Amino acid sequence: MVTTYTAGNKGDNIRSDCFISLTLTTGKGIIIDINSSVKAMYGESNDALFRDMLSFYGIEHARLEIDDRGALPFTLAARLEAVIRKHIDTDKEYLLPLLPQNSYTTKRDTDRVTRLYLPGNNPKLMINAGIYKKYEARFLVRNALRSVDFCGAERMVRINQLPAGLDDLNFIVPHHVNLIVIPKCESAKQVLQVDENISEILGHKGSEVYLMPIIESASGVMHAFEIAGASENVVALAIGLEDYTADIGVQRTAEEGESNFARCMVVNAARAAGIQPIDSVFSDIDDMEALAENTRKSKSLGFAGMGCIHPRQVPVINEIFLPTETEIEKAKKIAFAYEMSEKEGIGVVTIESKMIDPPVVKRALRTIEQAIHAGKLSKNWRDTYEQ
Amino acid sequence: MSNKMVKNAAGRMVPTEINGRPVIPYTGVGKYHPQGNKHAPCIASNIDYPADGNKLLPSLKEALVKCGLKDGMTISTHHHFREGDLLANMIFDCASELGVKKLCWFPSASFPCNAYLLKYLDDGTISHIEGSMNGPLGRYCSEGKMKKTAVLRSHGGRHQAVQDGEVKIDIAIIGAGNADTFGNANGVNGPSASGVLGFALADAQYADKVIVVTDTLVPFPCIPWQIQGNYVDCTVKVDKVGIPEKIVSGTTQVTRSPDRLLIAEMTARFCDVTGIIHEGFSFQAGAGGTALSVGNYFGDIMRKKGIKARFARGGSNKYLVSMLEEGLVEYILDGQTFDLDGVRSIRDNPNHVMTSPFSSYNYHSKGNFAGMVDVVILGATEVDLDFNANVVTHSDGYLLHGIGGWQNCLFGKNVILSIPLFRDRIPVVRDEVTTICGPGELIDVIITERGIAINPLRTDLIEKVQHSDLPIKTIRQLKDEAERICGKPQKPVFTDKIIAAIKWVDGTIIDVVKQVANS
Repeated sequence: MVTTYTAGNKGDNIRSDCFISLTLTTGKGIIIDINSSVKAMYGESNDALFRDMLSFYGIEHARLEIDDRGALPFTLAARLEAVIRKHIDTDKEYLLPLLPQNSYTTKRDTDRVTRLYLPGNNPKLMINAGIYKKYEARFLVRNALRSVDFCGAERMVRINQLPAGLDDLNFIVPHHVNLIVIPKCESAKQVLQVDENISEILGHKGSEVYLMPIIESASGVMHAFEIAGASENVVALAIGLEDYTADIGVQRTAEEGESNFARCMVVNAARAAGIQPIDSVFSDIDDMEALAENTRKSKSLGFAGMGCIHPRQVPVINEIFLPTETEIEKAKKIAFAYEMSEKEGIGVVTIESKMIDPPVVKRALRTIEQAIHAGKLSKNWRDTYEQ
Repeated sequence: MSNKMVKNAAGRMVPTEINGRPVIPYTGVGKYHPQGNKHAPCIASNIDYPADGNKLLPSLKEALVKCGLKDGMTISTHHHFREGDLLANMIFDCASELGVKKLCWFPSASFPCNAYLLKYLDDGTISHIEGSMNGPLGRYCSEGKMKKTAVLRSHGGRHQAVQDGEVKIDIAIIGAGNADTFGNANGVNGPSASGVLGFALADAQYADKVIVVTDTLVPFPCIPWQIQGNYVDCTVKVDKVGIPEKIVSGTTQVTRSPDRLLIAEMTARFCDVTGIIHEGFSFQAGAGGTALSVGNYFGDIMRKKGIKARFARGGSNKYLVSMLEEGLVEYILDGQTFDLDGVRSIRDNPNHVMTSPFSSYNYHSKGNFAGMVDVVILGATEVDLDFNANVVTHSDGYLLHGIGGWQNCLFGKNVILSIPLFRDRIPVVRDEVTTICGPGELIDVIITERGIAINPLRTDLIEKVQHSDLPIKTIRQLKDEAERICGKPQKPVFTDKIIAAIKWVDGTIIDVVKQVANS
């Protein structure tokens, strides 16, 4: 029986993607039929890529049909690998060269004020930043991690809901991902499962792949603290309100009274565990005023950041979460006084004869750190600081 | 054929003859001096026109017959209805029924709706097009199927060609939202209102015969008379002259694309940092999604700083109209109307002013206001390491767009091309553009989502951005980045057949387009 498998997307609105169908045949060699919007520019290099991949998988007789709408090489390779591996049971991966700048790591306390989502099966949205056909998306996400320059952003991958998500890890973890987002997390056990799988894939413990579980159900909320403390690799705890409100059987409202308890639980669980609490995404990408209002509310509840679904949301959220000029000036004053008292061994921090409580000092130091990280303050600010 | 190829001042090999008539190769910006007198149409006399002023004829076909339609004539139309145009297709249906052949279609622009005319290019009713070549028509032309060579001109260049007698219009057919039977007409009233009729002014003035077609007749006088009946030979009423909803074409919607929004925002920031946005400044943003968003970001900056613009150049649309109504902009000088808010505004607001290619763009005149605009934000299909840019062909060699007012706008004080670094794997910054439409010396800044390149000639701008956090790069760095992501493209392959000539604003030939090989 002749089987044809397909991968990718087609249709009038498809751009920067391709649709591939592959039929394994007998005795006729490789027949490639390409319809490509960039044939005049990349016809030769595309043909060479396809032939190299087929030979890599030992395929000598096949009919390959490709409808290419300007897919980049990492997308073409991901689509073709997906369709080949539907035919052939193999673990062999066809990897394009890793961009040298893509091997960076991030830190446990890296600021996670904004986290931008890109659909894992839409290359057009992926190219310049940073799952419905889940199987195919794995190849595309893996290739993007290797081939797309994310310009230093922490590269997070939201895997599928467990247990399917555990299989995703094999495709993602070896390719310099910085953080795995675990959706619909309801127990510490799930976090440990992910953590253990990661260690196994990397072959060592204490990996630099961090975890961010998302609480999206009543059960998750009630287990928030144990999830937050499940592993030392958990660096942030997020909340997802679409699923949560559905789970408790209410509508999401603008006032958000229905999710107040859950949000406070997530903030307190995360803070108690010493990690970052991250608020849900805001779904109206056209209303920047409402987004700003929502973000101010998040900050006041104690969240350290939010998810984003459109790049234009990023600066709005950053602006609100990052310290203001006034906050930075105040923090500099406190931090400077603190460092003086340390140096002089006094133990009590005072400004203009007023005593400053230790938590206030702690917050000021954190503000300084954030301001430096965001480029709002020079690392060497002390050199030019005048009291 | 005695047609020899010479290298013009843009370094391109161009012919000295197009369609059997001599042409002048491009000699450089501001180098070619025209001689002689303007074209003049025949003297008309009231003897030949009805004393009561009623020039109404029963049908378009009868009007064309009365105007003496015959083989080889040049027929002009206008793109005020954009994608909602019905008239051009009706005209050539009539010509075909009358068995007339070898017509030259001379539109101010064509749209995908005019792909209907391909059958008349096939059967010889139309021999060739002198005007923009959009989508399917451009593809047809690029495949070498058009019987004669296409000639592409800017809006200003079209006016120049008509007034200089380079193109002699035999019959101009002007579609208008309403008109009286004498031929006075405008585009601001009636169910098919399309706004400004500026592109038809030169044709009314210089064509041998003029027909006004409307679906809404009003008793004399039709006010405002954007087109004066004194130029008009006959008038025709049809059921529907255009589809007003479709004058809002795809390129006139504000984008949601993250990349384009980023480009638009960077463009606005660049103009802010360099002081281009200042009290009393002027700007022009085109019809593309990016350009429209630039206008929005300009508005934000102006509100924040309490700055007003003296005027904005339209293409007007609801966004520009709202800036006018908010008082951010004192005048809109409008060349074409992109949506129904624009139509309403130009009808009702005295500060929303109708312009024509004569007042705004014509290079063979005693000045025009393109050079007075502080900043123009334009697009391009390609730009090269010398800042030369292309707007008519794609990197695969196909002719797919018209020039519009693009070349004319290059005379603005600061010319910015706001373009993506690549489009669906097609790099926009290239070693060399496929077709030169605008010389690099007139293009000041390239703004892409991955960096800004400033023309080295603009040392003043380079200095102004020195201490900003804008991502300033060289044009070569941009090109290398595009090629790193997309791969280095092969060059398109052409045959030797010239399928289109690209005119510069002074009527000289700046480049030609050849037939795509293996098409």
